[in-house]
Amino acid sequence: MQKKYSWYSLLKAGLGNQEWDQAIPLSKPKSKYDVIIIGGGGHGLATAYYLAKECGITNVAVLEKGYIGGGNTGRNTTIIRSNYLRDEASSLYEHSMRLWEGLSEDLNFNVMFSQRGVYNLGHTLQDMRDIERRVNANVLNGVDAVVVDHKEIKEQIPIINTSKNARYPIMGASFQARAGVARHDGVAWGFARAASNLGVDIIQNCEVIDIEVEEGRVKGVKTTLGDIMSDRVGCVSAGHSSVVAKMAGLRLPVESHPLQAFVSEAMKPILHTVVMSNAVHGYVSQSDKGDLVIGAGIDGYNSYAQRGSAKIVEHCAAAILELFPIFSRVRMNRQWGGIVDVCPDACPVISPTKIEGLYFNCGWGTGGFKATPGSGNVFAHTIAQDKQHELAVPFHIDRFTSGALIDEHGAAGVAH
Amino acid sequence: MFLIDCPYCKESRDQNEFSPAGEAFIARPQNPEELSDDEWADYVFYRTNHKGDHWEQWVHTNGCRKFFLVKRSTISHEILEVAAFGEVTSENKS
Repeated sequence: MQKKYSWYSLLKAGLGNQEWDQAIPLSKPKSKYDVIIIGGGGHGLATAYYLAKECGITNVAVLEKGYIGGGNTGRNTTIIRSNYLRDEASSLYEHSMRLWEGLSEDLNFNVMFSQRGVYNLGHTLQDMRDIERRVNANVLNGVDAVVVDHKEIKEQIPIINTSKNARYPIMGASFQARAGVARHDGVAWGFARAASNLGVDIIQNCEVIDIEVEEGRVKGVKTTLGDIMSDRVGCVSAGHSSVVAKMAGLRLPVESHPLQAFVSEAMKPILHTVVMSNAVHGYVSQSDKGDLVIGAGIDGYNSYAQRGSAKIVEHCAAAILELFPIFSRVRMNRQWGGIVDVCPDACPVISPTKIEGLYFNCGWGTGGFKATPGSGNVFAHTIAQDKQHELAVPFHIDRFTSGALIDEHGAAGVAH
Repeated sequence: MFLIDCPYCKESRDQNEFSPAGEAFIARPQNPEELSDDEWADYVFYRTNHKGDHWEQWVHTNGCRKFFLVKRSTISHEILEVAAFGEVTSENKS
């Protein structure tokens, strides 16, 4: 396997159109690891990568029940931003943003991170006050953000409907220029490849069916490929976090809901940035391939079904057409749902548990993709030192007992 | 999208008329003064989030506006049972 991609490796393999090596080796599980990560999505793979790279722990297995990046990592709308209101949240997402900015070089894998900016629209006076407040908080926290009015939005995005006659007229927006999108599958592949280059075993089609706990300490896991021992286990299984927690006899403050998205047929470039609206509830960008990537909201009921209600699709389509009447005849190509685990305060849990050696990274809800590198990074340090990374401290699971919730719902809980 | 039989309206109506209202059978503690913080956290925030057949509450928002109980599969969305409060309890639920 090629250790490093370069112009030379591209030229060498491309000239003969052969020797295209497999990007990630297929591993079989060993009987014992220093750390086991349950879940081979972006966050789990990033955790393994940073464990190997920054914490010097390379005897690590990532266990994935399907294929890597086949869950929410491959199902989201790929939006990356860090303009959160609360200090705790914005520090974590900004940490992630800085890692995104160097990620392709760091992983030696093009994750197609494109800082095309994100507009968060405001449609009412209260929206605009909240936007002003959030932008001011962002600037104080060193996160780039500006408030723009509807004229500037129209100048930047000529196809948007800023008419006063709209049902919910656009009054302005916050704009984060460093925000953008990335290639979601590429992120999983990049982290997996870089981690396996450092010695991590990425094991696919290996479902964890039980977690072994003895005298309050984790001992290992039972999987469909046999038992694997480890005295440190990190669970990063998103929508299925409660299912995994139950194996260890734990309950979590999360509920799983379907979150839907859809893409159109590919078109010529028409939308160069990302537009999100909490008030009318939809968000849209155009991928490099040309399709419009549109995200909706969650269904209110619990589900593990990876599909949602038509009602949500209709609501979201109405919102997008309100913003962009020109899209009314665009044909949709695919629609799907992902299962997101939502915390009561719309902030994640990055935390040790009552069981020694068992850690959880969950509750990212509707906005986990943007946090992929940052989440993996702080979770790796949390596992390696058996002590929360300083940015992860506010995200301890005990905040639901102490009451120190991070009230991000109003600021960011809707559109991601 | 699914149809729900409202136990009060006695009609099978579109899901759009209803709103989900969370896990069923979460009883408010009888002895609030004696509860520890952990027990309060469990009551307020922690949920079973069960994968499989799940008892939950729905409200007929655009109909009779009454709350009732639904047993629904969180894997297939199939509705297995509908009941008014009191007809099914945490003790006699199937």
